[in-house]
Amino acid sequence: MDFIFIAQQSFSAALGVNTIIFALAAIGLNMHFGYTGLLNFGQAGFLAVGAYSVATLVVSFNFPLWAALLAGILNSVILALLLGLPTLRLRADYLAIVTIAAAEIIRQIARSATFNKYLGGSDGITGKFGKDFFALNPFKSGLNTPFLRYNGNDLWVVVTGWALVIVVLFVMWLLVRSPWGRVLKSIREDEEAVRSLGKNVYLYKMQSLIIGGIVGSFAGFVYALSRQSVQPDNYGTALTFFAYTVLILGGAARVFAPIAGSIIFWFLLVFIEQMLRQAVSAGYIPEWLIGVNQVGQIRFMLVGLGLMMLMIFRPQGIFGDRKELALDARA
Amino acid sequence: MGKAQLMRKIALGLAGFFLISSFSISGSALAAGTSSILAGEIKDSTSTPLPGVRIKLTGPNGFATQLTSDQMGKWQVKVTSTGIYDVTLDQTSLPSGQALTDVTKATRKINVLMLGTTLTVLFPIGPGTEKTPILDQSAQLLADGLILGIIIALAALGLNLVFGTTGLTNFAHGELLTLGGLLTYFFSAVAGLPVFAAIPVAVALSALIGGYLQDRLLWKPLRKRGTGLIAMLVVSIGFAIFVRYVFLFIFSGDTRQLPQFAGQAGLEIGLVSITPKSIMSTSVGLLLLIGATLWLLRSKMGKASRAVADNPALAAASGIEVEAVIRSVWILGAFLAGFAGIMVTLNQGVSFLMGQDMLLLIFAAVTLGGLGTAYGALVGSLVIGVLIQLSTLIIPTELKYVGALLILIIILLVRPQGILGRKERVG
Repeated sequence: MDFIFIAQQSFSAALGVNTIIFALAAIGLNMHFGYTGLLNFGQAGFLAVGAYSVATLVVSFNFPLWAALLAGILNSVILALLLGLPTLRLRADYLAIVTIAAAEIIRQIARSATFNKYLGGSDGITGKFGKDFFALNPFKSGLNTPFLRYNGNDLWVVVTGWALVIVVLFVMWLLVRSPWGRVLKSIREDEEAVRSLGKNVYLYKMQSLIIGGIVGSFAGFVYALSRQSVQPDNYGTALTFFAYTVLILGGAARVFAPIAGSIIFWFLLVFIEQMLRQAVSAGYIPEWLIGVNQVGQIRFMLVGLGLMMLMIFRPQGIFGDRKELALDARA
Repeated sequence: MGKAQLMRKIALGLAGFFLISSFSISGSALAAGTSSILAGEIKDSTSTPLPGVRIKLTGPNGFATQLTSDQMGKWQVKVTSTGIYDVTLDQTSLPSGQALTDVTKATRKINVLMLGTTLTVLFPIGPGTEKTPILDQSAQLLADGLILGIIIALAALGLNLVFGTTGLTNFAHGELLTLGGLLTYFFSAVAGLPVFAAIPVAVALSALIGGYLQDRLLWKPLRKRGTGLIAMLVVSIGFAIFVRYVFLFIFSGDTRQLPQFAGQAGLEIGLVSITPKSIMSTSVGLLLLIGATLWLLRSKMGKASRAVADNPALAAASGIEVEAVIRSVWILGAFLAGFAGIMVTLNQGVSFLMGQDMLLLIFAAVTLGGLGTAYGALVGSLVIGVLIQLSTLIIPTELKYVGALLILIIILLVRPQGILGRKERVG
């Protein structure tokens, strides 16, 4: 078994593009779920809106990239308003069902043949819509060390992505420490109490939904730009649930949790996959038990099992504080 | 949901989460050759292959040919020069009731850039609006909608009963449908039982594994621990992901058809055409629903379950054994959901994603009828089922679920407690 390769793959993934995408998605969810107690199961919808805004506007409407990014942010705000208007007055479990439905609506519209002309149907959009972004890339040659390995474009995405994550995280940190952030936390703890103090709970929840949604659309930008393509089925409910796993792994209602969660999540995922893959091809695991192309499935089983175990035995995650969790209320 | 669509979903879903490193492989084209293949698969909206559909091709250098789709709805043509080809689907050769969803797209221009490639040409086909009179079409859709409604109702009843008695919003409920379908597939196709015998075995095992054991080994201990409801909701998501990929691991990603009754000609009854297997399974489903409703209304346990749903503490104080009620509700729910899964399997086969695809419809039905109210689930399911099918009169078939989900959101705007839900604060 090639342990150097396994280590290289695992560490590269731990700091890689997917880690950035899920960290951003989870930062958004942390705003919704961790701080405000909103059970938003439609985060994939925000990512889809971000990703499709960039791809569609640049490819089909010839927008410059920066304008498409701005439009993407605007679209995610619109989505948050549309989503929040009917749902924010609802109980947590209703909110969960409606947001998951909304995200699914977005995915099905994106993959439909009806809007094929602009959204590319089930194949999505592939094109050079990120060429303005990659034109700025100073690292054409990429990086190749025993522990980290990226090609030129990926390295550029990784560097800019982490810069984005740090900026977003800093803003989040400022926000949740502010009086505004304290109101959010008290809404999570006891909505009625906050209402009785004369705060407009609905408005605060809406602001939280919008901000978390914008961060979600950032994740969508990274997703689309890094792959130079968008595919509707990447933005299914699984994406949202994985983002939740990342958030809960790190510890909800902790500013740094999404990053820690995402790094650990992707490290483990890739590490386990590579170990299994090599063990299978080296014959340590018999072929009849696990085929090489079944390794990916084991990975997903472990994610599901991990999410269950976390929630049962350590709902506060690795860094969280059990007292700061909106999990014990009768929904 | 169609087989091809499912396969694509699986492929994309997995590909989406693959490493960046493996990403470079995806672009690999075939090596340049001396000919290219234009191919396609002609299927209706339910993924039933349509044989005998005529395809005409014209291309550069006076290239022209005509062919018909085979038994699997497939066709392919070898071309030997690059250039733009016109691929035309002869709309008159489509079976009655089927038409292109976009009639302006009967001709597709395909640009063969280099040889050695295979290009797929797809024509989205759905229930036609041109060929069938609107009355016949509505009647057929109404019948399909009622069948779908009964399937959803069977699944929704259990979800709602569990929610009512324990407060658990169970995101793993869809997997109970998959379990029922896969067990039936296993006992009929693998173990060799006739389908009629496999179904009762599968339903009984669904109730045992999906109902009794699931509650006993997972949810009961969690209730004992005092796990919060939101935490349990997240646990159910993890459980759903886990179970789904266990199914994928064991049964692979194919859509499995039962060895008997896979293809069946429809019986013409009045204005509608229904397959015998649909009539049989829907009748049994309806009987099960009536039975479950009577159980809730008349039996001691049924009454107790409604009491627990209403007020668990008071029910316990008045001598009702709450755990026993919850156990029977789980068993009943899994039993009904298992049969719902079998109904889906009979009609369109079973894959590991079946439950996931049905889950949102079940949620929509339950929310529409009123979360936690047993009869609400029935009404909501029938409304959702019929609306989904009838909506295809106006909107493209592929967007019919979007319509259903939109209705869900709109209902929540105007009547958050659902059709039969009691008026109470839900926000």
